[in-house]
Amino acid sequence: MSFKTPNTARRTEGWMGLKRGHRARPLEWMIEQLIQFVSYSAIIMVFLIFVFVTREALPILLGQMDSAAVRPSLSMDEAMKLPEADLRKYLNMTQSEFAKADAESIKMLVELRIESSATETTDKDAKLNTTQWSHLLGPYQWSGYTQPEYIWQPVGTIHKYNIVPLLVGSLKVSFIALAFALPLALGAAIYVSQLANPRIKEWLKPAIELLAGLPSVVLGFFAMLVMATFLQNVFGYTTRLNAFLAGIALGLAVIPLVFSIAEDALTSVPRSYTQAALALGSSRWQAAYQIVLPAALPGVFAAAVLGFGRALGETMIVLMTSSASIISWNIFDSARPITASIAAELAEAVFGGHHYRILFMLGALLFTVTFLLNLIGDVVVHRLKRRLEGKA
Amino acid sequence: MSDTPTARMADDLVSSSVAPQTQEIIHINDLSLYYGAARALVDISLKIRENVVTAFIGPSGCGKSTLLRCLNRMNDLIDNVRIDGSCEIGGHNIYGSEVDVIELRKRVGMVFQKSNPFPKSIYENIAFALRLHGMTKKSDLDATVERSLRQAALWEEVKDRLHSSGLGLSGGQQQRLCIARAVAIQPEILLMDEPASALDPLATAKIEELVLDLKKDYTIVIVTHNMQQAARVSDYTAFFYLGKLVEFNTTRKVFTNPSHKQTEDYVTGRFG
Amino acid sequence: MQTIPNTHTPEPVAHFHRSRFDAWSFLFTGVTGACTYLIIAILLLILGNIVLNGYSHFSWRFLTGGADRGMYDPETAGVLPMIVGTASRIILMTIFVIPVGVITALYMTEYAHSTSLGIRIIRGAVANLAGVPSIVFGLFGWGFFLNFIGTHMDQLLHPEAAKAVWGKPALIWASLTLAVMTLPVVIVATEEALKSIPHGLREASLALGATKLQTVLRIVLPQAMPGILTGGILAISRAAGEVAPILFTGAVSFYPDLPKALTDPFMDLGYHVFILSTQSPNIEQTRPLLYATVMALLLLTFLLNVMAILVRAQMRRKLRALQ
Repeated sequence: MSFKTPNTARRTEGWMGLKRGHRARPLEWMIEQLIQFVSYSAIIMVFLIFVFVTREALPILLGQMDSAAVRPSLSMDEAMKLPEADLRKYLNMTQSEFAKADAESIKMLVELRIESSATETTDKDAKLNTTQWSHLLGPYQWSGYTQPEYIWQPVGTIHKYNIVPLLVGSLKVSFIALAFALPLALGAAIYVSQLANPRIKEWLKPAIELLAGLPSVVLGFFAMLVMATFLQNVFGYTTRLNAFLAGIALGLAVIPLVFSIAEDALTSVPRSYTQAALALGSSRWQAAYQIVLPAALPGVFAAAVLGFGRALGETMIVLMTSSASIISWNIFDSARPITASIAAELAEAVFGGHHYRILFMLGALLFTVTFLLNLIGDVVVHRLKRRLEGKA
Repeated sequence: MSDTPTARMADDLVSSSVAPQTQEIIHINDLSLYYGAARALVDISLKIRENVVTAFIGPSGCGKSTLLRCLNRMNDLIDNVRIDGSCEIGGHNIYGSEVDVIELRKRVGMVFQKSNPFPKSIYENIAFALRLHGMTKKSDLDATVERSLRQAALWEEVKDRLHSSGLGLSGGQQQRLCIARAVAIQPEILLMDEPASALDPLATAKIEELVLDLKKDYTIVIVTHNMQQAARVSDYTAFFYLGKLVEFNTTRKVFTNPSHKQTEDYVTGRFG
Repeated sequence: MQTIPNTHTPEPVAHFHRSRFDAWSFLFTGVTGACTYLIIAILLLILGNIVLNGYSHFSWRFLTGGADRGMYDPETAGVLPMIVGTASRIILMTIFVIPVGVITALYMTEYAHSTSLGIRIIRGAVANLAGVPSIVFGLFGWGFFLNFIGTHMDQLLHPEAAKAVWGKPALIWASLTLAVMTLPVVIVATEEALKSIPHGLREASLALGATKLQTVLRIVLPQAMPGILTGGILAISRAAGEVAPILFTGAVSFYPDLPKALTDPFMDLGYHVFILSTQSPNIEQTRPLLYATVMALLLLTFLLNVMAILVRAQMRRKLRALQ
């Protein structure tokens, strides 16, 4: 711009520069579009996570996989008479694989199939497709067992993929974690937000939040090496790595989360509430218990829900402190949560195979459940904040 | 003329007895502004002259600040604002589709109610806009910074500490720094939104002196809730009430012989 | 006028001193206080145990030694490859996540209408992303980055190569997976910093004829810098100890070379703790090594956390001085 004496010279220029609109700065306009596009990346990522985790699980969800160790075989003539789609299904090939294969290799595959079925397995279960929903969720009396059972055993000739033991394992460990973490974290939240001396509070809060800075692998290591021995000596149980140990260790990871959400909710209750109660002659704990806690109750609930979501999704701790997948209501028995199974088994699963796909299905399930739990927690926290700020 | 006590009081207050008849530069025609469904300004029509001081007065919430912010389109920053009617500056409707708001704001500067210097040095506060608008030579910058600070009557007070933070100044100095910052890019019009409302009487007096001084070079529109201030500094006064323009005339006329009862009640302090 | 006889005489105040021992108050404070100090005691116990067992083995040789002469041998094994691996994945992650996170926060606070549908969806996505279990990020990284992007890159760039170049666990895929995971941390921290900047500064800049972008770049961003820095450090300290997302995307149990290319796999401190705890042929023998490795990991994450806390405190003090 020009820096002439005000008004005199500029007046003759008039206000012409005014009439340009946003076209005057195309670069800026482009950058703004770019900013908007980049800002959608969080949405895109959530969408991609959903798509790419479910994509791998889709054949299981649609019932297209067949895990039978032995399948009835057709003779070469019969196989060649099949329509293409059925032949592809029979050979358990994907569309692109089938399109690439020439007639020669198709014939070879059919032969291989006949050969493999020739090596007879006597086990009646070998013909089962264990990826069917009935086998994923329902009990079955496997050969050698005396009664129908839920079994997760993705190795051997017959892969048993019943996910119920994993679900039970996840829930059991998470509930133990909550039972341990909730009282402690809530107690601490009440103490720090309502009762503690402000000078001490300055130290207590960051100290508890420091616990969140411990990587979960470190908690897992500590549980496995130190806590396992200690708890075994105290309780005298036989299985060293069990659901109880996993739950306590997991609880340590959940405490800081529950604490900070609950503390936040309790602190956001206006001070005037407490002061009014104190002015009426109630003691500090009466004010906390009768006035502040009820007002912040939704926040406490949200803390529990979010803590549960965190416990369900935590991986390294349960991976290091759990072993066999057993359904049992005894907390001192071993348990194997979903996350531990995924982490331990994905590397061994055949790429694109049924085991691999079932693990992805479990991942998708985990994603959905934690999504819902987080949604509930966030909505509750939001509502509470708005109510306490007097906006609702 | 001066037979009522009101008029006598106003007579003492009003500084310039003759309002200059300069060219009209801002034409506001039937301007209405809505916040969502609520109508904050109702069919305002007003012509503002060049190189004079025009004061907007009225009780809180009457829309005077809102109207001021229409003049450099600062209301664009607020969600859900809709404007009907037109506002022409220098013959161009500033709400026309082709208008470049940035160019508009370069020419229509603004000083806010709460002083808001950038958290930078005094020098950088002023050089900020100059650099944005293409002034890069150090000597040019130095000269303009000094000129602006002199115009804002701040030079003598800060010349030794140009590179210390603008936030270290007193409230009145900060506000004058904001004025210096606004005049540095030489706008034609300077909008002032209650520039002295947060200041003590001494600092206020300095700002008022400054306003009278600046009107040689700039067209000034000032919003104030202080009637004495309006009477002291302005040549024309517009009185707003509940989003409507009640009266617009020379300051002398508005304060000595208002044509509306409401105006009279307000300027004599019976309500507001 | 009739006078009302003053029949009411206030009862004399008995005493302001505590009349009786308030058992409930004592109990309540005692129990909640005990919870608080129990948590801190557990924390101290963990830290104390690790430091007491780890420091004797924690030496310069340990920090700079490699793993090529046997990673389970406490006499020779060091953690240099793991430190370099962890540092590389963190640095790469920061390069990816900071720009995207900061731009998203800028869009949400500076550009979009605060009530618009777009903003609400972004906010929901951010909250959701923050709650996705880390193992699901691992699955996603494997399925999307490695198997989708990586494999397609191989088909395009190296159609003749016998072995996958991009379509295998690699530093870049682990970093990208972690970047997706820590995106909410950066967005939330930056947003908070942006919101704490007085609105008057933006108005002042715009009223001087600065464009929105100029205002954002020259006024808003410099002011938000400490907040962005905190967000970055928090993201780093969160990512530094994470193992689950890199299990399938880049970390390997043994790769004694230091990672040199984006496509190299790497050893990682956290993953190494897992390996040493679970795969060691002789846990008693490797115990000092394990403790020292845990200590190295903790030092790294705690230093980062302390840095974040200090920067945040500094920023708060500065803001308070401004207002």
